[in-house]
Amino acid sequence: MSVNEDNVKKIARLSKISLNDSEVKKYLTDLNQIIGWVDQLKEVDTEKVSPTFSSFGAGEGIKQRDDIVSDGGYRKEIISNAPKSEEGFFLVPKVID
Amino acid sequence: MANLTNLCLHEARDGLIKKSFSTRDLIIDHIDAMESSRNLNAFITETPELALKSADLSDKNFANQNNRPLEGIPLGIKDMFCTKDVLTTASSKMLSSFIPPYESTVTDNLWKKGAILLGKLNNDEFAMGSSNETSFFGPVINPWKKNDSTESLVPGGSSGGSAASVAAGVGVGSLGTDTGGSIRQPAAFTGTVGLKPTYGRCSRWGIIAFASSLDQAGPITRNVKDNAILLKNMCSHDSKDTTSSSKEIPDFESSVGKSIKGLKVGIPSEFIQDGMSEDIIEMWTKGKEWLKAAGAEIIDISLPNTKYALPCYYIIAPAEASSNLSRYDGVRFGHSVNSNDINEMYEKTRSEGFGDEVKRRIMIGTYVLSSGYYDAYYLKAQKVRSLISLDYSQAFNKVDVLLTPSTPNSAFNLNEKCDDPLSMYLNDVFTVPVNLAGLPAISIPSSKDKNGLPLGLQLIGKPFDEETLYSFANVIEESSNFKSLDNKWWLKDE
Amino acid sequence: MNNLLKGSTGDWEIVIGIEIHAQIISESKLFSGSSTIFGSEHNTQVSFVDAGMPGMLPVINSICVEQAVKTGLGLNAKINNFSIFDRKNYFYPDLPQGYQISQFDQPIVGEGKVLIDLEGNIEKEVRIERLHLEQDAGKSLHDQHPSYSFVDLNRSGVALMEIVSMPDMSSSEEAQAYVKKIRNIMKYLRTCDGNMDEGSLRADINVSVRKPGDDLGTRCEIKNVNSIKFIGQAIEYEAKRQIKLIEDGELIKQQTRLFDPKKGQTRSMRSKEEAHDYRYFPDPDLLPLTFTDEFVENIRKTLPELPDIRRRRFVDDFNLSPYDASILVSERETADYFEIASEGVNSKLVCNWIVGELFSFLNKVNKTIDQSPITPQNLGKLINLIDDGTITGRIAKDIFEIMTESGDDPISIVDSNNMRQVSDEGEIEKIIDSIIELNPDQVKALEDKPNLMGWFVGQVMKETQGRANPQKVNDILNSKLLK
Repeated sequence: MSVNEDNVKKIARLSKISLNDSEVKKYLTDLNQIIGWVDQLKEVDTEKVSPTFSSFGAGEGIKQRDDIVSDGGYRKEIISNAPKSEEGFFLVPKVID
Repeated sequence: MANLTNLCLHEARDGLIKKSFSTRDLIIDHIDAMESSRNLNAFITETPELALKSADLSDKNFANQNNRPLEGIPLGIKDMFCTKDVLTTASSKMLSSFIPPYESTVTDNLWKKGAILLGKLNNDEFAMGSSNETSFFGPVINPWKKNDSTESLVPGGSSGGSAASVAAGVGVGSLGTDTGGSIRQPAAFTGTVGLKPTYGRCSRWGIIAFASSLDQAGPITRNVKDNAILLKNMCSHDSKDTTSSSKEIPDFESSVGKSIKGLKVGIPSEFIQDGMSEDIIEMWTKGKEWLKAAGAEIIDISLPNTKYALPCYYIIAPAEASSNLSRYDGVRFGHSVNSNDINEMYEKTRSEGFGDEVKRRIMIGTYVLSSGYYDAYYLKAQKVRSLISLDYSQAFNKVDVLLTPSTPNSAFNLNEKCDDPLSMYLNDVFTVPVNLAGLPAISIPSSKDKNGLPLGLQLIGKPFDEETLYSFANVIEESSNFKSLDNKWWLKDE
Repeated sequence: MNNLLKGSTGDWEIVIGIEIHAQIISESKLFSGSSTIFGSEHNTQVSFVDAGMPGMLPVINSICVEQAVKTGLGLNAKINNFSIFDRKNYFYPDLPQGYQISQFDQPIVGEGKVLIDLEGNIEKEVRIERLHLEQDAGKSLHDQHPSYSFVDLNRSGVALMEIVSMPDMSSSEEAQAYVKKIRNIMKYLRTCDGNMDEGSLRADINVSVRKPGDDLGTRCEIKNVNSIKFIGQAIEYEAKRQIKLIEDGELIKQQTRLFDPKKGQTRSMRSKEEAHDYRYFPDPDLLPLTFTDEFVENIRKTLPELPDIRRRRFVDDFNLSPYDASILVSERETADYFEIASEGVNSKLVCNWIVGELFSFLNKVNKTIDQSPITPQNLGKLINLIDDGTITGRIAKDIFEIMTESGDDPISIVDSNNMRQVSDEGEIEKIIDSIIELNPDQVKALEDKPNLMGWFVGQVMKETQGRANPQKVNDILNSKLLK
């Protein structure tokens, strides 16, 4: 499958990465090269194969927690790296629904 | 007194216990070495004050005979591990001022055992790369050079700083992370021992995620015994990581020196690549002979889906990464660009905060997960991954370990492969299948190429059987007589 | 039933499907150990996991799994012993990880069904498509600052069940009955408190219209409607809006809309205008969720009696009309109250008193039945006092009033206020005789106006402060005056 410029722009939009025209061209070339290369997986017959969910098999299964309040209550640490905060809130440019 | 940075981990440990020198002496020599090695650019953050404070505590513990298993041992930590109150950047502009208010489980284990942090080590940005050239803080320089050459070489990646610092004698060991070969490839390029443990052996909690189903922390050291000691002290069952195993943790150190007589070694024919250098083929052949001489049986086996591992990896890893890196949005931490529009803020923050390779992988990952492509790429890759894992589990019905080269080539020149992502990706061809199957593997310096650069052999083991890997690795180490780096050229540059 | 709407071009049918987001009752969040308590100070119930800090990992809360299975059983649904947690990827300021952990094509609960209760004692089956577990997002406050929104992550990571119905409803009444029924079932199960004011239960409503017999029309989704009343208003408005658009020759655009309760209108959501591609994929931090049949069976054993079964039992055991029974079971608390109050008491009377006096009182003071000052035991006692003739119905109302204020035991109220019914015929006869003697004019007038008998009853009641047994008063008056 080959990638076109619209694909690149759509992917960039979904990824929230802004690209200028020359970057769009550069990523178009890169993506086409890489996607063209991974396309070789098509040769593999996987009709009766189920996908891997995790390489952590080992029969241990999903581990669950007890329902106990054991975390939270440290707002200062939660906020400490925030680029913009006020009165213990994170601040973002106004969002209108 | 001789410079204490010449000691390896277990020598330093034994010297401290015998009180041949104090922790403070050991740490001072390492801080000096760290400072005089700055032109290797292995460290992003140096923590000398913290190290000296810890050294004094260790000396007190020795005096009171309260010393812990790794008391006073100086280590460097890849900058992918969150360290409490110490800058942790993932070598990205995005996190260039991030100070975690928490400590990763693996490093926490080490500090609780008495180890001492020297500083945080440079790596490829968000561990994405095979040369350490994608770091926002600049490339790491390999302490090795080709014979009669002054050209700078890459140390490999992504744990380039971790491998280079240990090769250069700054720290007796270091931690790396390995998602597709990021410990083993730089270990091979720098003549060090690097192990990627079984997926689930070490907790991933507090390690900045690249690709969650593949990431695993591991040790880099100057010899096999040191590696076993470090692994033993870093792993634990962690209830904060549900993919952390509750299996018992063996005393890995005791497997070093154990006989391999009667054990079976598989040689996968698919790892013989077109255009592989004579040096690599020769090393591989020697490796077989050493193991045979030690009483192991050599068996040819087949891993038919090997050629699909790399394309499979370059779908799965970017897909997971594209999602894992969505949290870097300029709201709660990290780089942030002002704007009065939320979308513009996101886009500018992420365009400025991430480097080219990271953006490339986010884009690939977003593409293979996006509507219309998911089945053809992501789902397909996870099915192929099942086939690759099956190859290995079938092979391990017949053999105890697999022996392969660690890399298809030795360290290359700085900037040599920067403009060609695909040729860079091909560096991981021997290491990637191991991550896809979740297996343990170790790279041991085994030989040098015609330019005098180190080459590594890779041993791949059964799940949770790092012990057998250490026994085999020790045989290779003893047979190869690999001479470590003696020319500390970077000191003369001062 | 005919639910058709009239347009200018004829009749229209509304097609409604609902996604309910129900907060699971649990102490801690779905994937972290932070508290779920409502109303705490902002960002104080947030762990590093909930804030999506680098290197943080989710660990699933076992109780939330049990609650989802329990709810699935309550919805007569298929429980899936193997389900997958997926990441739903999108950017939003109150979504710290940049993805929501949810379940996509392999949810924990599959197809089920519920009966909804409609007016006229009619039941209708609504099919459930699925129920899945997911994390809630944080909250953005928009009115704190002129140019910034403030983000509070206390809700971030709280466990939700999303219950998706099939498009089986065709009127706002059915949609309301459906949400009420699901809420009631969850309250019976104690898996969700159903509190819509606090956001524990929200509904996304998919509305489309079509000419009867036509294929499904394009639907619009009205997000996050948080009261039963608004659900009705939103559907009414939206259906009419769509009909008008189509009849004006326009096309319906598939859209996400918001209901504005002040205007009673829906409008398109700006933040959702962009086309979506959530890039769902299995969360590599979480293995598939698996459990045994035995686990499910053990939960089944703990299931309480659910409203439909309870209603049948109320009809059979208490001799209530299906209508009365369905009123009582429509809130778990009401049915519980009824059962306690009617222990050893005339249950029909208990039902009447709950539905009549008690409800109108609670309504007046804006309280729920579990906040009632009158305990069910005391209401039962009061009714027994009426039933065994100790007090009259009129006095009972006075006592009820006293009880709403003091919460006292009705027996002690009767005793301390001398309110027992006077049934002694001799005593009543004496009183009546004296009234007849004192009012000869009225006795005479009675011959022309038989209605005046009421006046005599009133006099007797006045004399006895309402305590006289009304039947006996009537009998004696009749025998003395209507000869």
